[in-house]
Amino acid sequence: MARSGPIRILLAKPGLDGHDRGIRLVLRALRDAGMEVIYTGLRCSASQIVKAAIEEDVEAIGLSSLSGAHETHFCEVSRLLAEQGADDVLLFGGGIIPQQDVDRLREVGFQCIYPPGTALEKIVDDLRSTLRPESSAGARKT
Amino acid sequence: MIRKGKILSHDGTDPSRWQEECWKPFVAGHPERAEDFQSASGIPIDPLYFIDPADPGPGEFPFTRGIHPSMYRGKLWTMRQYAGFSSPAETNVRFRYLLQQGQTGISVAFDLPTQIGFDSDDRQARGEVGRVGVPINTLDDFDELLDEIPIDSVSISMTINSTAPLLLALLVALARRREIDPARLRGTVQNDILKEFIARGTQRYPLEASLKLVVDVIEYCIEELTSFYPISISGYHIREAGSTAIQEVAFTLANGITYMEACRDRGLDLVAVGQRLSFFFNSHNQFMEEIAKFRAARRMWADICRNRFGIEDDRACQLRFHTQTGGSTLQAMEPANNIVRVTIQALAAILGGTQSLHTNSWDEALSLPSEDAARLALRTQQIIAMESGVTDTADPLGGSPFIEELTDRIEAEASAIIEEIDNRGGTLSAIKDGFIRNAIEQSAYESQLASDSGETRAVGTDQGGEIPEAPFQVDATIEETRHDQLAHYRLERDARTAEAALMRVEETARQGGNLISVMVEALEANCTLGEVSATLAAVFGEVQDHG
Repeated sequence: MARSGPIRILLAKPGLDGHDRGIRLVLRALRDAGMEVIYTGLRCSASQIVKAAIEEDVEAIGLSSLSGAHETHFCEVSRLLAEQGADDVLLFGGGIIPQQDVDRLREVGFQCIYPPGTALEKIVDDLRSTLRPESSAGARKT
Repeated sequence: MIRKGKILSHDGTDPSRWQEECWKPFVAGHPERAEDFQSASGIPIDPLYFIDPADPGPGEFPFTRGIHPSMYRGKLWTMRQYAGFSSPAETNVRFRYLLQQGQTGISVAFDLPTQIGFDSDDRQARGEVGRVGVPINTLDDFDELLDEIPIDSVSISMTINSTAPLLLALLVALARRREIDPARLRGTVQNDILKEFIARGTQRYPLEASLKLVVDVIEYCIEELTSFYPISISGYHIREAGSTAIQEVAFTLANGITYMEACRDRGLDLVAVGQRLSFFFNSHNQFMEEIAKFRAARRMWADICRNRFGIEDDRACQLRFHTQTGGSTLQAMEPANNIVRVTIQALAAILGGTQSLHTNSWDEALSLPSEDAARLALRTQQIIAMESGVTDTADPLGGSPFIEELTDRIEAEASAIIEEIDNRGGTLSAIKDGFIRNAIEQSAYESQLASDSGETRAVGTDQGGEIPEAPFQVDATIEETRHDQLAHYRLERDARTAEAALMRVEETARQGGNLISVMVEALEANCTLGEVSATLAAVFGEVQDHG
């Protein structure tokens, strides 16, 4: 069921990774694009992330990891979301994620994994076209 | 027209002031690598070329042209490749391999739990053990990591900050176990907590308590480890977080000022402190600007030491630094192109006068480096050192109008930023009020937009190609193995001795005393890094990042 109004997103850094350049850029780009974005800061556990996502009623969660611990943390977030019956929340991720792991993450629900250097506009467009397909199609026409 | 100058005339006439006062006395005690240097075509190469013989040369305050009179004619930089992954035993194999290949120092990468102070079996360590570096929780781990490596002759550099006091204590404990006088230990602990708050994110304790621990390490090293550098004030990560070259210099030196002030407040002799500080910079692709950046940083730091802190001793005003090529410049697409990027960046660091260098491996945009790629990165340095001839005269680009202009501009603009930080009440205030982070983030955003728009796109990345598979994967079973090892370790030790040692750490922390000696005792009593860190957290509190 597609919503209307501003898109609500939660961005989070799971685990101990301190590299937050990328996620902060995404945060800024999504806000500049008119989305409502909550960013948890560093060192969030999967359960804190899922709790925040449900409390804040977000439509998507973006996770970032550059420390090689993506599989543990991303899969845990996906599992807990399903456990809470919130598996309609869109999942996406970014960071240094080896190609061989991308397929595995796709299986647990991460539609898109963005490597460093991805154009910010692409992330904005992807989220819009998935979460607001009608209005983004309309926007393209004008 | 600029008349070019030479320092030494080959018929022995026309000796310059620098040659007589600085170079000659130095090389008398530190012979150069060769009697004579010449180009491949046989042109003689002098130790220095200059525009105005009155200008300070290398080895002379303010050290714009280098900290040593003979620079690489005397001694090449230390080739120090950062390595660490999976387990102490596996990392030890990589270290020995790198030493065998001609590396001249060791540089330890620790995993994130170790960097923040969690043992491998801590709940917070899940998924992170052995990923970005090696897990070290106990004296036995550390012994295994450095097995058969002569720690009294090979210098050991450790990228460690929140837990720097503990890793230093482990090194001291290991020296004692091997019956080596700790005073003979050579190396560096990064121990730069301010840039963790600014850009790297492994901080654990509140800012003031963290700064106290930094000064504990400096104080201990001045008193006990007379050949060890207790801090490496790092611009590297500030740059990786997105700053410009100018901001990198400004924020790093501003942090340096804060450490000097904290040492002064502790009552330490600033001459002794100044002689023991080291720095760590990044090197990106903008070749000329990077070279000028290193030159400007040296001149600025010398000026800060003399005019802000009143240090008369020249050696205490020298900015000595390590360089690593720019991780964020590496591209995942067509990754072999990274070899060329790394070469340019390494050459900039060398033309900028670095004391040690890590060259990134071409595959690091994909994963931790494979052994082949790590060797190639080291070979890149060796080729520059042995085959290019840029090492045969000090500061070969000094005097170039473009380089000198860039050096002056970076100095002026970075100095203006430091002044702004002063006006905000210093670095601690500028960290707390978000000034530094916001400035870096703004630069990162601008550079991302420039890349998105195609204005600065990296070569080979716009064809929409596939990203290759990662060549290196950390063994995922390491975490479980570590759990068993730690459980065994705790079971085997004398619980009462360990408990008592932790109590002494706690008491010392509460009383505000220097913690290093009691940490050495605790680690020798087989306490773990996680246990000691948790003890400190109970006293100092812990910080939380809220974005």
